[in-house]
Amino acid sequence: MLSPTALRRWSWTHKWSSLVCTVFMLLLCITGLPLIFHHEIGHLLGTEVEAPAMPANTPRASLDQVLATAKALHPDRVVQFASHAEDDDNVWFVTLTPTPAPTDDFRSVAVDARTAQVLAQPRFDEGFMYVMFKLHVDLFAGLPGKLFMGFMGLLLLVAIVTGVVLYAPFMRKLAFGEVRRDRSTRVKWLDLHNLLGIVTLVWAFVVGGTGMINTWADLLIKYWQHDQLSVLLKPYEGQPIVPVAERGPLQQALEAAQAQAPGTKLSFIAFPGTAFSSPHHNTFFLRGNEPLTSKLLQPVLVDARTAQVTASPQLPWYLTALLVSQPLHFGDYGGMPMKILWALLDIATIMVLGSGLYLWLRKGLQAASPATPTAGSVTGGFAGSALPTSGAARSTEGAA
Amino acid sequence: MKKHRPFWALWGGPIVMGVLTTTGLITALVSDTWGDWWSWVGLGIPVAVMCWYGRPRAPGPTPPAQNPRAGVER
Repeated sequence: MLSPTALRRWSWTHKWSSLVCTVFMLLLCITGLPLIFHHEIGHLLGTEVEAPAMPANTPRASLDQVLATAKALHPDRVVQFASHAEDDDNVWFVTLTPTPAPTDDFRSVAVDARTAQVLAQPRFDEGFMYVMFKLHVDLFAGLPGKLFMGFMGLLLLVAIVTGVVLYAPFMRKLAFGEVRRDRSTRVKWLDLHNLLGIVTLVWAFVVGGTGMINTWADLLIKYWQHDQLSVLLKPYEGQPIVPVAERGPLQQALEAAQAQAPGTKLSFIAFPGTAFSSPHHNTFFLRGNEPLTSKLLQPVLVDARTAQVTASPQLPWYLTALLVSQPLHFGDYGGMPMKILWALLDIATIMVLGSGLYLWLRKGLQAASPATPTAGSVTGGFAGSALPTSGAARSTEGAA
Repeated sequence: MKKHRPFWALWGGPIVMGVLTTTGLITALVSDTWGDWWSWVGLGIPVAVMCWYGRPRAPGPTPPAQNPRAGVER
């Protein structure tokens, strides 16, 4: 059992870790709600690109043709990435930016993989879902915004752990799930806070933790380039980014990469000089066909001039962890029922956050009124007289 | 005063909820058939439990029509 001092310390930590992050967590929960269904919302809004039906054996256009189509629309830009639509490899998405450096200034061109004709020029950088996405990911503040959100995520994890420790003293005389509705509104919301908090515990911890890991993605990829790619790139040292005019045929490079890892599907291609590649390579990221391996990526570095495979390095553990943490954060790996459950758990988390805030605000009001006994002072000022073990509270009353 | 509740009376519910959630989150990663189905059960039961215990109702553990004052004297 916790001593009164230990209880006060845990309570203090729970109160402050959660108070600091609550506003941001509410923002994350609310903006995350539509993001769970971004695919479905895209379909509804008609912003999802769909390729016209053609016989399955229709020959595919060469990748070089596809890129030429996209570049013709934006001759002043360079191609950073090319990828297939999530569930339809008849569509290529080509991302064009002013330079190979990471930027928010990008244009996307959707190209039919069979005819090399432009299907659409979707704007992923505007509209309601984009605002939700940016608020969720980095508050429109780039890497510092991401890392800040990651720190808020860390505080959430602290609040969850301390909340579990505090669950015991609060629930000692209550049955699991008991909500005391015959007492004050505050007691009812305390019990609901405890109920929803303890039931969503694992989910919130996993989604919070994986969200925090995702905020480190940019840094992890930079580290990967430094840690693993720099060794592979020794022979190229001192050379500039391979000029577009000197690059070999991409279709040949794609085929060489796929021959390297049979039984895989292309996830995306990173072109020379971009964040996911080297200055001298087209890097093909291939994913497996099994449920688990489809979340993992196998990079294949293909020399941009010769279209020969340079290396196919094993993904390091930290990038594997990053990739596995993504579905666990998005909730997109168990069909529509899982998405709905994800949304309901998200709403429950909003209620945990909201009730926690309410309990703290009510405590503030009570403390301001001299007529109210302050038995709650022992719990750091948020539990009040609702703590069932009032004996422990009484023994230290007035100490704080 | 220092009488402890049995461990399982206090932690049984939370542990069951945690195990259900954990297995549900993992199985869907490794299988798209039974794994997905189990994830709906493993995440669905905790959601149902929250809805059941948190459902709006009048004070008292028994339906108000039968005994509106039940539990008040505790």
